Amino acid sequence: MAFFFTVSPDFSPLHISDWFLVNTWLQRNLGEQIHLELFDDFESQRKVIEEKKVDLIYSNPYDAATLVRKHGFKAVARPRELTDEAIIAVTESSPFKRVEDLKPQTRISTTEDPNVHMMAMIMIEPADLSKVNTVITVRDSYMRIAQDLIGGTADIGFFLKSTYDDLSDLVKKQLRPLVTSQIYMVHHALLVGNKMIPLKEKLQNALVKMSSDPEGKSALEALCMKGWDLLEQEDVEFMIDLMDTLVEKE
Amino acid sequence: MKDMLPSDVPRPGTSIRHKYFDGFERTIIYTDIETSFPEGNLIVSRTDTKGKIIACNKAFCDMSGFSKDELIGQEHYILRHPDMPAAAFKDLWATVGKGKHWHGYVKNLRKDGGYYWVYATVIPNIRDGKIIGYSSIRRKPSRAKIHEHNELYKKMKLQEAK
Repeated sequence: MAFFFTVSPDFSPLHISDWFLVNTWLQRNLGEQIHLELFDDFESQRKVIEEKKVDLIYSNPYDAATLVRKHGFKAVARPRELTDEAIIAVTESSPFKRVEDLKPQTRISTTEDPNVHMMAMIMIEPADLSKVNTVITVRDSYMRIAQDLIGGTADIGFFLKSTYDDLSDLVKKQLRPLVTSQIYMVHHALLVGNKMIPLKEKLQNALVKMSSDPEGKSALEALCMKGWDLLEQEDVEFMIDLMDTLVEKE
Repeated sequence: MKDMLPSDVPRPGTSIRHKYFDGFERTIIYTDIETSFPEGNLIVSRTDTKGKIIACNKAFCDMSGFSKDELIGQEHYILRHPDMPAAAFKDLWATVGKGKHWHGYVKNLRKDGGYYWVYATVIPNIRDGKIIGYSSIRRKPSRAKIHEHNELYKKMKLQEAK
């Protein structure tokens, strides 16, 4: 029976086919059958995680906590030199020049992406803003956030930096980052579940060679990745601790 | 950690003999020069169970004025500003010792005698049910919170001096 592989739904839709290329490469290099299933939303993906169907996942840092601490997933690798940063964007003509300019009742457009939302919420704390004195609208895509900003229905929008960078020039020209996180310690991670743990070493051996294999390299480049760095379990545990400290204050 | 010397600070400051809770003493010279927390950054450090720094990030070095080599192996309390009441740190250790998270506003001392305010969260690193150390993550506080805590800590210090 094929292993079940999934990817955190925070990637840009532009990269759907690129993840299938990665999966094809993995199957060929591991000699295993792997079924890749991509989800449009976090809730649907969390449902299959709870049903213990997932064997391999490219997880966002927030969901890594549940995967590792609740479901016993093990760390495999992380994308080389790629960290998760959040951008709070405004329109080019916005009167807000810095975070401290924001006022209570600021209208926020955000996604369900938990780590981006969390990082961005801590970046508005210096203006004494939190979920209790802002108006938050949750959208199903980063494009909708850009539309909210441009259409004037939101004052600020929360983006994953890599997704903001992927917006078209036409859209980006109408926006500007108010603040960008520079945390550098939060990143996605490839994790294996119980059924695939015996294959962890084989998987790691394949991944470290991926960037030197022409087909592997091309699949990685399509995802704007330079390669994989192997990940120790403690590295993920520490990142989970770090994410834990960022959980919104009550 | 050596005594601070007048040459360590960019302009004349207040010199005191500061005694830490473990009996260690050193001369501190502090000034009223504030370094503001950079937007979007987090200061991250890890300590062992005794409070000795075992890892830190670049933002920690930038804000404290110490190099990584100077910080690793030092007690975290080298950043303690004399304006901070002892009760705040007692509460911190009592809370994390129970395996809980601690949050608080802290005025830290820089190597050059200046200071910076942070909103700190300290959590125990629990592995296999045991505390193996602590992580401290500091982020930018609002000016209103800084003002509020500055006043509160002044009152607490007065109380402690009685």
